[in-house]
Amino acid sequence: MASGIKGIISLGVGESDFVTPWHIREASVYSLERGHTNYTPNSGLPELRQQICRYLHKKFGLEYDYSQEILITVGVSEAIDIALRCVLEPGDEVIIPEPCFVSYKPCTLMAGGAPKTVSTQEANHFKLMPEDLEEAITDKSKVLLMSYPNNPTGAVMNREELEAVARIVEKHDLLVISDEIYSELNYNGDHVSFSSLPGMKERTVLLNGFSKSFAMTGWRVGYAAASEDIISAMLKVHQYTIMCAPVMGQMAAIEALKNGEEEVKRMKAHYDQRRNLIANGLNQMGLSCFEPKGAFYVFPSIKSTGMNSLNFCEELLKEEKVAVVPGDAFGQCGEGYVRCSYAASMEQITEALNRMERFLQRQQKQKKIFALNN
Amino acid sequence: MDDMKIKLLQALEQNHKISIKTLATMLKISEKEIKEMIEELEEAKIILGYVTLIDWEKTDNNDNVTAIIDVKVTPQRDVGFDTIAQRICRFPEVKSVYLMSGSYDLSVMIEGTSMKKVAFFVAEKLASLENVQSTATHFVLKKYKQDGIVFEEDENDHRLVISP
Ligand SMILES: Cc1ncc(COP(=O)(O)O)c(C=O)c1O
Repeated sequence: MASGIKGIISLGVGESDFVTPWHIREASVYSLERGHTNYTPNSGLPELRQQICRYLHKKFGLEYDYSQEILITVGVSEAIDIALRCVLEPGDEVIIPEPCFVSYKPCTLMAGGAPKTVSTQEANHFKLMPEDLEEAITDKSKVLLMSYPNNPTGAVMNREELEAVARIVEKHDLLVISDEIYSELNYNGDHVSFSSLPGMKERTVLLNGFSKSFAMTGWRVGYAAASEDIISAMLKVHQYTIMCAPVMGQMAAIEALKNGEEEVKRMKAHYDQRRNLIANGLNQMGLSCFEPKGAFYVFPSIKSTGMNSLNFCEELLKEEKVAVVPGDAFGQCGEGYVRCSYAASMEQITEALNRMERFLQRQQKQKKIFALNN
Repeated sequence: MDDMKIKLLQALEQNHKISIKTLATMLKISEKEIKEMIEELEEAKIILGYVTLIDWEKTDNNDNVTAIIDVKVTPQRDVGFDTIAQRICRFPEVKSVYLMSGSYDLSVMIEGTSMKKVAFFVAEKLASLENVQSTATHFVLKKYKQDGIVFEEDENDHRLVISP
């Protein structure tokens, strides 16, 4: 619906507004010029896997063996799918904190699993509460599939909070698929990888990639890090369905890990300032939102308008040409919220906020007139 | 200098038209503090000015020419290159002056309304200065990027309007 309209400002995009840093693009072009156009090993270029291990060690203190415990995938998207397919038996339950990325439930279903969603609340800053997790667990529970920093809420979990989750995971012998694709975008301190918690490495399939941190969505590269058993099972599915991730993307990813740190920092600093601007603007116009701590999304409540999420988004698009995403697209408990991405320029954000404010004022006036007439 | 000042300078360097209010929200400090910091930075001559980058080629007023002159000078006792550099700076035609390492000493950028005028300026005003040994004039034919801004940016937003 949104794609045909002119003059639209989109805060509905789940990817960076920065293009991939030039040195990464340049490295990829160079690799093409040298004729790197072939299949790579199924599990990905050895140099890329080595770089990933180095990165995981440096950032999170993790130890993975590049030859057995890393698999390069076509984005984290593929990794989510094949990880679920490899670990689930028919009927196994997958616990999924919501709101969450759109593919978790469908991929669980396609892998023969039973999604069991756990609602997270604004009051808890959309963190997974140990008691809610405990309550959702049954004898059939097999996997906890979660992502912090979170899309769409911007929630992050700190070490203590993750440790509380880890204790329950251990107690009930669960496996964790931890989608940490936004790990570089944590504005509240350093990201803690779930896999780095005591005893959790064996229980965790760690997923990460290049799409968000390095603004590389179109390159389609991600990876899974896990025990040899799980990676070798995932490799089987991967090798027969995908063969290997695209070589251009892999070459670019090597350059990203080798020399991309400065650019990541630069982009993060921009997001951080825009985050302050948008969260403040939304709160001031009466769309309350907690201060998001990670990723590049804010998740304001629109309950005060009396509209439902879809309605709000449609009207806002029609009247003011601002695109945002209805919260319930990320799970039922997202109803009453909308997701706004601040991966947009300062000017776009400012203009979008102006338009949204105008929209809300008009809505309010109409409500008043309606109330007077009845 | 504290971190906040650096952040403020970085934001202003990119766009000095940002309002005080927006800056305050972005950096999460009060408007008063922003104002004070800016005043302080201006007074300390850390912020030297607020200029606008214009692509004059797109206007009718587009016959200005720019030249970069490599200047070799004999450094003077005690003051080195400073005195001569400062003298060169005073000419309004001169847009920038840098002391360089390498095969020449000063890189001087000059703007004038015609090639002839620039050439005469170099010959009469620059080359004739005491201590200037030689000059080499290079005329700018086209500007592609200046102060971090690309003149013909063709990287449009190719993203979908909505994506997960
Ligand atoms: C939480 C989360 N996981 C995974 C993905 C997919 O990422 P990739 O581009 O690596 O497939 C996204 C993209 O929006 C996401 O938000």
